[in-house]
Amino acid sequence: MDTSSRVIGFPVSRIDGPLKVTGTAPYAAEHEAPDGLLHGFVTVATIASGRIAEIDLTEAETFPGVVKIYTHQNRPRTAWWDKAWKDEVALPGHPLRPLENDRILFDGQPVALVIGTSFEAARDAASLIRMTYHEDEPHTDLRFEQDQSYVPKEKRSGISPPPKPRGDADRAFSQSPYQISADYFQEGEHHNPMELFASTVIYGEDGSLTIHDKTQGSQNVQSYIASVFELKPDKVRVLNKFVGGAFGSGLRPKHQVFLSVMAALDLKRSVKLELSRREMFYLTWRPATVQTVSMAADDEGHLTAIMHHAVQATSLYEDYQEVVVNWSGLAYRCDNVKLTYELTELNVSTPGDMRAPGAATGVFALESVIDELSYEVGIDPLDMRIRNFVHIDQNMDKQLTSKALHACYREGAERFGWASRSPAPRSMRDGRDLVGWGMATGVWEASLMQSTAKVKLERNGHVTVSAAASDIGTGTYTILAQVGADSFGIGAEQVTVAIGDSSLPKSPVEGGSWTAASSGSAVQVAATTVRQTLLKHARDLPNSPLKDASVEQTAIRDGRLVLAVNDQAGVAIADIMDAAGVDFIEELGEVGPDQAQMKTFISYTHSAAFVEVKVDEELGVIRVTRVVSAIAAGRILNPKTARSQILGGVVMGIGMALHEEGMFDHRTGRIMNHNLAEYHVPAHADIHDIEVIFVEEHDDKASPLGVKGLGEIGIVGVAAAVANAIYHATGTRFRHLPITIDKLYYAQEAAE
Amino acid sequence: MKPFEYLRPSDVSEAVAALAANPEAQVLAGGTNLVDLMKYDVTHPGAVIDINRLPLKEIEQLEDGTFRIGALVSNSIAAYHAGIAGELPLLSSAILAGASPQLRNAATCGGNLLQRTRCYYFYDASTPCNKREPGSGCGAVGGVNRIHAILGASQHCIATHPSDMCVALAALDTVVDVAGPTGDRQIPFLDFHRLPGDHPERDNTLQQGEIVTAIRVSGGHFKRHHSYLKLRDRLSYAFALVSVAAALDIGEDGTILDIRVALGGVAHKPWRDPLAETECAGQPANRDTFQALATRLLAGARGQGDNDFKIEMARRAIVRALEQAAAGTPQIQSHKAIF
Repeated sequence: MDTSSRVIGFPVSRIDGPLKVTGTAPYAAEHEAPDGLLHGFVTVATIASGRIAEIDLTEAETFPGVVKIYTHQNRPRTAWWDKAWKDEVALPGHPLRPLENDRILFDGQPVALVIGTSFEAARDAASLIRMTYHEDEPHTDLRFEQDQSYVPKEKRSGISPPPKPRGDADRAFSQSPYQISADYFQEGEHHNPMELFASTVIYGEDGSLTIHDKTQGSQNVQSYIASVFELKPDKVRVLNKFVGGAFGSGLRPKHQVFLSVMAALDLKRSVKLELSRREMFYLTWRPATVQTVSMAADDEGHLTAIMHHAVQATSLYEDYQEVVVNWSGLAYRCDNVKLTYELTELNVSTPGDMRAPGAATGVFALESVIDELSYEVGIDPLDMRIRNFVHIDQNMDKQLTSKALHACYREGAERFGWASRSPAPRSMRDGRDLVGWGMATGVWEASLMQSTAKVKLERNGHVTVSAAASDIGTGTYTILAQVGADSFGIGAEQVTVAIGDSSLPKSPVEGGSWTAASSGSAVQVAATTVRQTLLKHARDLPNSPLKDASVEQTAIRDGRLVLAVNDQAGVAIADIMDAAGVDFIEELGEVGPDQAQMKTFISYTHSAAFVEVKVDEELGVIRVTRVVSAIAAGRILNPKTARSQILGGVVMGIGMALHEEGMFDHRTGRIMNHNLAEYHVPAHADIHDIEVIFVEEHDDKASPLGVKGLGEIGIVGVAAAVANAIYHATGTRFRHLPITIDKLYYAQEAAE
Repeated sequence: MKPFEYLRPSDVSEAVAALAANPEAQVLAGGTNLVDLMKYDVTHPGAVIDINRLPLKEIEQLEDGTFRIGALVSNSIAAYHAGIAGELPLLSSAILAGASPQLRNAATCGGNLLQRTRCYYFYDASTPCNKREPGSGCGAVGGVNRIHAILGASQHCIATHPSDMCVALAALDTVVDVAGPTGDRQIPFLDFHRLPGDHPERDNTLQQGEIVTAIRVSGGHFKRHHSYLKLRDRLSYAFALVSVAAALDIGEDGTILDIRVALGGVAHKPWRDPLAETECAGQPANRDTFQALATRLLAGARGQGDNDFKIEMARRAIVRALEQAAAGTPQIQSHKAIF
């Protein structure tokens, strides 16, 4: 096949970009219904633990424009068994059933739904609901409750529990000349993409539902709704054509889709329900985590022992789990490793995936410790990592499909100017500021998921690719267009991409950095099949110049199927279809993990992040003035969208390092900074130069396209690199995220 | 949000009459704070008096050099006004340290004086708050209080005033022009805001029916030596943990002729101690003097737990801001490096 691609690997601008920048891309809450819409507003619990004592709806129900108010006392019947409530990526435990009963398990739990003729009517009536509670003592402080931790009984699907210990880590640790053992804590982080969770449920005359939902998986929501409400699957269609950021928050169906469908079915009307910014703090969040890491090295800096223990917060009703500690057993060569992972139940909503779940957390501790150990041993932090390079996954005892991490270290260090770093802490200055240079390694898994896609070639040469994939701002539209275009010798803008619709070919939820590899490869397989069918028809033509050609020997140029080596020899697509008596050729492509290969190989993306900070020590002000992020992620389909992914990951990593934290009042178990004025993410002024490097990495095993995925890797290691840079600047190790300005004062006070 | 009556008077007397007639009425200017508070169910005005048609949008320089800034002048217009930027650069700088360009475009100078605290508990209508609901208690005492007051707090309220502009106004010579049912009056700026005491629901000394019509500011003798230094949880678009408006008039011999220090983010009102400033007169404009003044300003400071760091932070920020002012190198708000 012609592989002289004109589109893959080029910085094609987003094909959906004009719609987004002109405000014409409709998001979930921006749809209307033919029969008009009713509007919902959710009332949330204002205690974290207890029971609803009394509900007084007198004032609210008579408020003008109120249609109906739902509470646990009048909620319509739904599926009985937990199994029916388990979505595609559900967790061990009992999924939340909104308005199920009077029990309150966490602050912000939905306790009532008001349906009104306008949003304002619903919201105003909601403020008139008088709800009283029997309050129990809440438990929300992980550091206080961690002695209640337990090993999860049932493992979360798709998550590897820690491997069995190898070697004798305790003994090796105690016998090593250099040892570090330290505790790490990070506060919970709360998802705040631009688009809020919202559903517009359009109720059809035949009782069918068309749901515009804020989700990372239209088919996941479709099957969940059909299952929970015991509807025929073909009566439910879910659309998520445009998603205003999600970062993992939209993997599982959220209560707004349940509640809006419940009301639509009950009232036989179309309903819109958009959650508030405040409610983002009671949904999927990156859990608070306590970690202890012990690491030892010999005189040459070779790691002799690693022990990594983590305890994470989960809810009272589900055992959320992440891969936090396993990274410590696979990032570096070490023969004595002990990894353990536990949960603690708190009065919180179930945590969920947030960009590089587990890795962002675990690698922060791992990369902080190895950095600290490098100073103990007395070697450069980068050399320490290079010295402990490993080319296999010792946890799984598997080979890696590729690992161009050396290139990340080399090219990243060169661009950053690492060689001119002065090794001692507090030895670099810029005027009044202390300057610190720190780095960290990042790692994330590269997965290929079972995925399908359709490709359709029309008589006029137009190409349509379709899959129930999602574009959560990542560039899925554009890269699928590129892959489709590549097979037919046309530009990406000439390809129509249909995604974000549960009626399209089966695709997994958009997460785990697997969409480009999975849906992209499925498109490629489907396109190749279309080319084969086209060639078969062409061969059947009388005196066909392509009679003896294989599909690999052909190319499509200017609407003609030609020999790759001689494009004069060929036939117009239109003529081929006319002769075959068809208007179009459409084929389904399917890809999935290669089980045989997976027995011996495993695939990861890697990165090296280099960070410069400037610290005004007297005032405690930290500025991250420079970041270089070098990424090894296989084939890069589109350097422009790829760079954006990494930039976003780095910014989020800076936020994790310095800004983001949910602040609980542990007396009441309630989050107090539930708005974007007080829950801080980086502002423009916090972000300075970020340079992204994609190192060359050829991988013919990770996925058919050679793609590994980029959604997560950009954040992994960034928080550690920032903390390591702050150490290099100030000589103080910060092990509690985020490193807010107050912590610098308290550290100085403690040192005095 | 509750339904409310909406009025749009066209002159000041009409607005005052409407406001005086209804104790539940509130004034709407830029709306950048009031509308949020209404949506969050924090405040429930029975009537909203939209004063945006009132003729209070002028900036004029009076004969004595004082700038008279109409209450409806936007924060942006005031900050970038050539006369103000030239003569009262401390005021420009403080305004530009606050909020975002979009908010500054909408927010008015009168409204800036009247913005409410950012206390988490005040904003969450399901928690106790004596400022929001007198007598309900204070959630912040013993709660999450890293942004709260270290000076002048009471057992009923430890909230802070969130404005940046007001910190500069407190440092300069400022008077607030007010129109009310009994006529016009002028309130010296340091008397405009109040400490919480037993009535934290009252942020200021305006009487029922009174409207801010203008702010008169002078302080041209500080234009060479001033700085507004704001320390916060990120480098922009966050309320101050501690901010300092510092202004100096230094004689040819290097001694202090006049010195002003106002603190933001530390109390229920911009914090100043004029007596302590007076005693600095004649002393050298150096670090020792500044440290002594900082110690004196913070003598009564008391932390609430989470915010204990603010005492030391304020001490250092005062000294740095005064050093910046003395050196003639004020903090630049568009560049977040601190010198």
